[in-house]
Amino acid sequence: MQPSIVEMIYTQKQDIISDWLSEINNVMPSGLAKKIPNEASDETNKKFVELIIESLELTEEAATEKLNEFAQHLIYLGWPLSYFTQGMQAFRRVLLETMSSMESISSKKVFETFYEIETWVDSIINQIADEYSGSWESTIHLQRMALKELSAPLIPVFEKVSVMPLVGTIDTERAKLIMENVLDGIIEHRSQVVLIDITGVPVVDTMVAHHLIQTAEAIRLVGAECILVGIRPEIAQTIVNLGIDLSKFRTKSSLRRGVETGLELTQRKIIKIENDDERIDSR
Amino acid sequence: MSIQSNVEVHTEWGIVSARQAGRNLAKDAGFGNVDQARIATAISELARNIYLYAEKGEIVIQYVEDTESPVSKRGIKIIAKDKGPGISNIRDVMEDGFTTSGGLGAGLPGVKRLMDEFDIHSTAGEGTEITAIKWLR
Repeated sequence: MQPSIVEMIYTQKQDIISDWLSEINNVMPSGLAKKIPNEASDETNKKFVELIIESLELTEEAATEKLNEFAQHLIYLGWPLSYFTQGMQAFRRVLLETMSSMESISSKKVFETFYEIETWVDSIINQIADEYSGSWESTIHLQRMALKELSAPLIPVFEKVSVMPLVGTIDTERAKLIMENVLDGIIEHRSQVVLIDITGVPVVDTMVAHHLIQTAEAIRLVGAECILVGIRPEIAQTIVNLGIDLSKFRTKSSLRRGVETGLELTQRKIIKIENDDERIDSR
Repeated sequence: MSIQSNVEVHTEWGIVSARQAGRNLAKDAGFGNVDQARIATAISELARNIYLYAEKGEIVIQYVEDTESPVSKRGIKIIAKDKGPGISNIRDVMEDGFTTSGGLGAGLPGVKRLMDEFDIHSTAGEGTEITAIKWLR
């Protein structure tokens, strides 16, 4: 940047800062203004504008680092990206106004000066936007990983009996995972009965039903049996309305009933040991 | 009262948000659990059709009031519109078990059974608009 512009900014620093501070309060997203106490936002605003001006004299690397640090902190506090973009736009407005009110710049140089300022401000906006989107991307990536881990676990609850509790929406990708995990799990745990619990599935439409039917068929093919449990009354009614035929499925209302049936199918049952209770009491 | 929510559907997540919007509106309108599930399921079917066949479109869910009929009725109206390939054989798709995607083929006839009123307009090559209403009883 031309020394003359830098010098100008420095001589007008106080004015620019105070103009910007009043400008930023106008453009601050109203939702944010309510959330953050005034002192905190004033402090942040001051820090932000000083950082922008400071970045003029720092080397590019040092300025980048400082800005990133500042952005990281605000991302962590949950400030929206629009605070930065609007803030920078306001800064540009203030700067250009200040400059145009000064007569020292010859008209020939006006475009050059404007261009320099545009480039400077835009590069800061881009950098902050990158920082934000990078942080969003990594958050989304982590959440996707976490979701994938949670999405279709097969739990061996008893010998030969496994449960797959499904919670939340089933989309195509998840349906695929369910199928893979069930089949792999059956082989790994030597399951004979698999209980698929859909208590936590909000809507069973034809696609979900179709995937469940396919999964049950695949389970049958590897020599195990599938029991669908946790069908809530409203889900049962919508399934009937849709005209979906689940008659090939063994179904039970609750997971508990399903476990009992699963044990029965493998010639076992849960019994109460009465004598033991007394022994524990007398001890 | 004119409460409405519009949801763009072009990914599978669009289906989820349309469903959620429908369920919330149905709840606010005073529908019971079962009808909420019916409305959510119907929206899910319609949104999935958009996603599968037209790739993108829109689901509009609105609160409606019928003041013309002798007993005034209130309810939820779902409009699913897209500019996709359209349906040339409406009679077939309203038949149970008809499918071109390897699914169950219960989607559209299912929606008709889940809802109280059902109307479909489609022109091959131009798009499809489906309107369905569930009245509050």
